[in-house]
Amino acid sequence: MSAATSKKITPELIAQHGITPEEYERIKEILGREPNITELGIFSVMWSEHCSYKNSRPELKKFPVTGPNVLVKAGEENAGVIDIGDGWAIAFKMESHNHPSAVEPFQGAATGVGGILRDIFTMGARPIFSLNSLRFGDIRGDSEQAKTNRRLLGGVVAGIAHYGNCIGVPTVGGEIYFDNSYNGNPLVNVFSLGILRHEDIRRGAATGTGNPVFYVGNRTGRDGLAGAAFASRDLTEDSKADRPAVQVGDPFIEKLLLEACLELYKHPEAVVGIQDMGAAGLTCSTCETASRGNSGIEIDLKKVPQREPGMTPYETMLSESQERMLIIVHKGHEQTVLDIFRKWDLPVAEIGFVTDDTLMRVKNGNEVVVEIPARKLADEAPIYHREAREPADLLERRQFDFSKITEPDDYAATVLELASSPSLASKRWVYRQYDHMVRVGTVVNPGSDAAVIRFDTGDGKWKYLAASVDCNAKYVAADPYRGSLIAVAECARNIAMSGGVPLALTDNLNFGNPHDPEIFWELQQSVNGLADGCRFFNTPVTGGNVSLYNQNPAGAIDPTPTVGMVGLIAEEKHITSSHFKKPGDAILLVGDWGWEIALSAYAREIHGVLTGEPPQLDLSREKRLHDAVRSLIRLGEVHSAHDLSEGGLAVALVESCFGGKVPVGASIDIPADLRLDVALFNESQSRAILTTRGENATAVIELLARFNVPALRIGTVGGNELAITSGSKKISWSLDQLDKAWGLAIETLME
Amino acid sequence: MRWAVIQFPGSNCDQDCYHVLKHVLGQDAYYVWHKNDSLEGADAVIVPGGFSYGDYLRCGAIARWSPVMQSVKAHAADGGIVIGICNGFQVLCEAGLLPGALIRNRSLHFRCESRPLRVEHPHSLFTKKLLTGQILDIPIAHGEGNYFADPETLKSLQINRQILFTYSDRAGRATPETNPNGSALNIAGIMNKEGNVLGMMPHPERASESILGGSDGKAIFESVIEAKEPKGAVAA
Repeated sequence: MSAATSKKITPELIAQHGITPEEYERIKEILGREPNITELGIFSVMWSEHCSYKNSRPELKKFPVTGPNVLVKAGEENAGVIDIGDGWAIAFKMESHNHPSAVEPFQGAATGVGGILRDIFTMGARPIFSLNSLRFGDIRGDSEQAKTNRRLLGGVVAGIAHYGNCIGVPTVGGEIYFDNSYNGNPLVNVFSLGILRHEDIRRGAATGTGNPVFYVGNRTGRDGLAGAAFASRDLTEDSKADRPAVQVGDPFIEKLLLEACLELYKHPEAVVGIQDMGAAGLTCSTCETASRGNSGIEIDLKKVPQREPGMTPYETMLSESQERMLIIVHKGHEQTVLDIFRKWDLPVAEIGFVTDDTLMRVKNGNEVVVEIPARKLADEAPIYHREAREPADLLERRQFDFSKITEPDDYAATVLELASSPSLASKRWVYRQYDHMVRVGTVVNPGSDAAVIRFDTGDGKWKYLAASVDCNAKYVAADPYRGSLIAVAECARNIAMSGGVPLALTDNLNFGNPHDPEIFWELQQSVNGLADGCRFFNTPVTGGNVSLYNQNPAGAIDPTPTVGMVGLIAEEKHITSSHFKKPGDAILLVGDWGWEIALSAYAREIHGVLTGEPPQLDLSREKRLHDAVRSLIRLGEVHSAHDLSEGGLAVALVESCFGGKVPVGASIDIPADLRLDVALFNESQSRAILTTRGENATAVIELLARFNVPALRIGTVGGNELAITSGSKKISWSLDQLDKAWGLAIETLME
Repeated sequence: MRWAVIQFPGSNCDQDCYHVLKHVLGQDAYYVWHKNDSLEGADAVIVPGGFSYGDYLRCGAIARWSPVMQSVKAHAADGGIVIGICNGFQVLCEAGLLPGALIRNRSLHFRCESRPLRVEHPHSLFTKKLLTGQILDIPIAHGEGNYFADPETLKSLQINRQILFTYSDRAGRATPETNPNGSALNIAGIMNKEGNVLGMMPHPERASESILGGSDGKAIFESVIEAKEPKGAVAA
């Protein structure tokens, strides 16, 4: 016996692996004996929240996952697949890399991008764009915390850029918020989408007894043994210094792996199944493919390409080295696989075969080091129904005293202050570090309501996709149900403003420790909100990710259920962006003036009033807005459309001045009987600003009325300033002034 | 015209160049793999953008040793047309087909955005269809596009009118403020002394269709096509 099988399993070792005594009893029951150290490690990763969703699975079951256009359901494979017509489909998903990014922002974020891209091309799809959703603590000021937050922002953005730019998948949009609840625990959620033909969908199942199992891609090293680093010290013969716990990404290798896999997919006769080695690496890919195939699998670790000698079975099985794939090959087609991966100069090795005994068997040469029933390991992790309890301070969180919101004396300065706050300011400094144009598919660049991407379906025909990610976590913290519903509605609104119809969505649930009943309540309420939103907008969930234990010493992060939604735009001429285009165009406010100021960016940033209820959301009213705007877009009446969200009308107007080759101004009239700050800054839902030909404004308003959507003309596009008049008050800013405040705010803080 | 688009491991603008040549311009475009040493009768060669060989060691430093680059050098020496875009420009400098080098951007950040470029003169194969001082909107996307050369080289680039594109503002003023990466003389693109090899950091293939925001880049490819296949010439 070797150290891999002989090491004594003590209660301490079990606890260090995060396995409870009850779970350990269950493991013994499954095996009919004590596990060895390698098996213990394997159970610990497969039964972690990350791999098994043991705390969240009962909640996730509430999501609608079926629909007429769903080709592969959430949870079945690495990513869900949605039909988009003409034999084409999309695979997309969002995943988090929060904890690695907190420790090492550059590599943490970079490998987050690498991981989600593999999830997509494992499905047989070519990734065509990525988005991201990021959260950091405040980056303003000279405090140590602010400096750390700036370092994290800089590192995460550079890491995403490094990986995405090199592999040549454009990062076309996203969102970033800054709030001190994320101090020490930034959120890095990365979304990626790929396209494929229906017949090219690949599955991660190991079937056909005797079929060979191939390992391709990067060699396995000791990187990424995060949860298990302690044990690697115990186990290695020579006591080398600690190894870094964060994986190191190599986008160049991933680019080769991507192209080689896509080339291999052109030989459907050769491939039985394929799965990437992400979290839990070899362990997860072997037991999951066997479980899906209702088969067994046997591999020999001596045949695994390794980066360094002397790695133990424990390390090899638990390594999270990046850019690796497991491929089940039809017997007799081994040479096809060898030829393709050798052409791309990638390591390739036959490491085992499919069996019919339903066991995951791992050998190290002649010694059997692991023997576990694959299905029990992959699919029968314990499930916990956690206790949920409404937070004791919920009423405090919703407390709002309008008398504290005093009208500003200097509107000109207030608008600039709000527009330059990092969460609302232009994210140009961020997205210009991302190659957002490679693949010549980006039709609407970052900064608009939704990114719009085209792809060539052959025969000179194109398809157009709109995509958006959203979540206002302040709303969610005060009311997880409504806040989450708003996140879905805002995504759908962004798609509608771009001329698209929503197809499906992916979510990334970022929460604190689920053992805290108040946090679990937030998760539960939030899932209810997302699920209701999905049902309402007919957007099934294609999969996603759960990231729990997002805590810092001051407590949990704001609950952040990030939503990523994809829609289809029927024709090129329907593609609509948010910036003002033509001088003389009428500016219409669609919806109404609104009134809800609680939890608005204005209340929080300008008045320091941090609590309150999120705005109301009337779903039918929301839907009417989407249908009405889409209809107008199809009629060719809409030159720009921009939804109103954080910062209200004022910030939407500032944003709309920029985005074209040259900025365009506007003049706006607000009735004198409205309180101006409420009119400018409220965040009532289901509203947008549209521009249309000046002479058509009346007709367009009448058309909107037919949809039962109120609208009125509030101004005209043109000039080189943004001017707002309300009775005797006249406020104006030169475009230059706005560009400095709003456009350069983040750049100024970062450089 | 036959256009060979080189594919190195890590090239990622190869498909974009192919698309524009083939589908937008109707050219006979095809890929050539880096391990191949034949250009298969190319009239022009595109060395595309990306991260050839992962850009390890130094951008373009490994690519210059690949088998296909020996053929590209021979093609250029015979007067054949070569266009290096972004990483391709870096490769051509490393291979000695163009003078100078491209170093880290002054900001140390990768930068992707559309920039106004000033056309320096139309007296080249690549700018034939353009006017002196014309402003083109063409995107850049690079981390190492800061053109560097010693003073004598810069001088000879100027004397021999090898500078074709500079970073400017919309009024055609090239100043430190309009320079996105710190390039000497605001250089965005140059050709060799013989006039058959072009290297440029901006991506004309990303500005060749109006749906992407403009088609100013197309004129560069069209200039070459017009020079080689004058209008009215009968295809053989």
